[in-house]
Amino acid sequence: MNQAQVEFVLRIADDSLILGHRLSEWCGHGPILEEDIAMTNIALDLIGQATSLLNHAAALQGEGKTGDDLAFLRFDRDYRNLLLVEQPNGDFGMTMMRQFLFDAYRTILFERLQASSDEMIAAIAEKSLKETKYHLKHSSEWVIRLGDGTEESHARIQESLNTLWRYTNELFYTDAVDEEMHRSGILPDLSDLREQWEDTVNRVFQEATLSIPTNNWKQEGGRKGMHSEHLGYILAEMQYMQRAYPNMEW
Amino acid sequence: MKEVNITEMERKFQEKIDQDIKIEPKDWMPDDYRETLIRQISQHAHSEIVGMLPEGNWITRAPNLRRKAVLLAKVQDEAGHGLYLYSAAETLGADREETIDDLHSGKAKYSSIFNYPTLTWADMGAIGWLVDGAAIMNQVPICRCSYGPYARAMVRVCKEESFHQRQGFEIMMTLAKGTPEQKAMAQDALNRFWWPALMMFGPSDGESKHTAQSMKWKIKRSTNDELRQQFVDVTVPQAEMIGLTLPDADLKFNKATGHYEFGEINWAEFWEVVKGNGPCNKDRIDTRRKAKEEGLWVREAATAFAQKRAARKSA
Repeated sequence: MNQAQVEFVLRIADDSLILGHRLSEWCGHGPILEEDIAMTNIALDLIGQATSLLNHAAALQGEGKTGDDLAFLRFDRDYRNLLLVEQPNGDFGMTMMRQFLFDAYRTILFERLQASSDEMIAAIAEKSLKETKYHLKHSSEWVIRLGDGTEESHARIQESLNTLWRYTNELFYTDAVDEEMHRSGILPDLSDLREQWEDTVNRVFQEATLSIPTNNWKQEGGRKGMHSEHLGYILAEMQYMQRAYPNMEW
Repeated sequence: MKEVNITEMERKFQEKIDQDIKIEPKDWMPDDYRETLIRQISQHAHSEIVGMLPEGNWITRAPNLRRKAVLLAKVQDEAGHGLYLYSAAETLGADREETIDDLHSGKAKYSSIFNYPTLTWADMGAIGWLVDGAAIMNQVPICRCSYGPYARAMVRVCKEESFHQRQGFEIMMTLAKGTPEQKAMAQDALNRFWWPALMMFGPSDGESKHTAQSMKWKIKRSTNDELRQQFVDVTVPQAEMIGLTLPDADLKFNKATGHYEFGEINWAEFWEVVKGNGPCNKDRIDTRRKAKEEGLWVREAATAFAQKRAARKSA
């Protein structure tokens, strides 16, 4: 088993799973029916990505576990998602801002991962990229619409940006895991990730008439299993059935 | 003179119906026909939307990734059905916003079944199997409804409902052959949802005030009691097949008629829930109202943005 490779796949998988969970909390509560459908659809894409990636991580581990075991029986300190994706939904603008900041990063990541030497990762990236491009189109349109909509919507979405900005530095977090992945060709070159991401973000914020916070207060830790207090509650809910009724088929 | 014309138009209208010619949005139709359809279609749309809530309640707690994805897809289908149905109602001149306001004020009804709580995972099985099963019984005949847009919407809805029914039955089957705890969970869900599912067909024929006219207009193709009987006949053997017991001591097969006879429905409970006194009526409406109120700023922003863009384009 390649420990770094498992770790690397879990990071991408957990981002999809936790953000998918957050979006699914909106189901039935959206501001308009069309957005209820869109958010559920995006949640479904993310849960699908998480399933493929977790199954792959379980296979790489070779311990006889399944993707479900990794989703439902790992504790929060073993979860590897970004802090950004576990942040609460807030209002619709907060959810769209969180989604946009993430989608802008995810699109670049999946584009590159199509060339991964791990064929399974490359295949998942190729399929997921199609979905993620649509998610980015959807979230950036909403950021622009809310930013350049009414005075109230502008103030609200600017506030969401101010709140979430501190979690964006973690998108570019790298450590020994990434270095090893680069060396083995599993993770293609991403040295321009931040630059590419900033291009998208700046372009959209300009059109949305939003300003990037000057506060450079940065939060990270998710990639190492140091999460915010929110993740524990997400897992308590998500894992309830498997914890309460262990070892059963559903 | 005018009266004669209307009588003549009504006669021609009924002739079309009798010949199974579909009525389309721009065709002349009696006011009562239009109103009956608006009431029925918007009630149906509201049921889809309110129906997202009891199942949405378990998405974040689904026991594995496959079940989570299937449940998400199912609830998304329901939102989609709501959308087609609101659109079908719009072809009759019903404004979507006003229709939704009628739901929130309590003026418009929706299927009573969604006023019962979903307490365990097995309820996802019971709802798919029984509630979607009953919905299919109700809706398949509407695919032949005289009003074109409603009939066509229903063809697509029914295809998806039959998938929903199968996934629900599969959940129940898995639980029924699982551990004793799982089987008990499935039995408990069946006990709670069986009678409300039978109530989904509405009051018995003698009590149903709309049936006769709706049948004449071919909006409705079978009576409530006929559909209810059909549902019982199909569902009882399914329950037996997976080893669950229906909560009805009077249930028995009548060899002479070829139908199951079943006990008396608690109509007092039915009317209480219809009146708004079911366990979740208040929660469901409050939730929908809250979603609308909290989304107001978003809708206003979208409108303002569209106006700004249009103004910039024409400038």
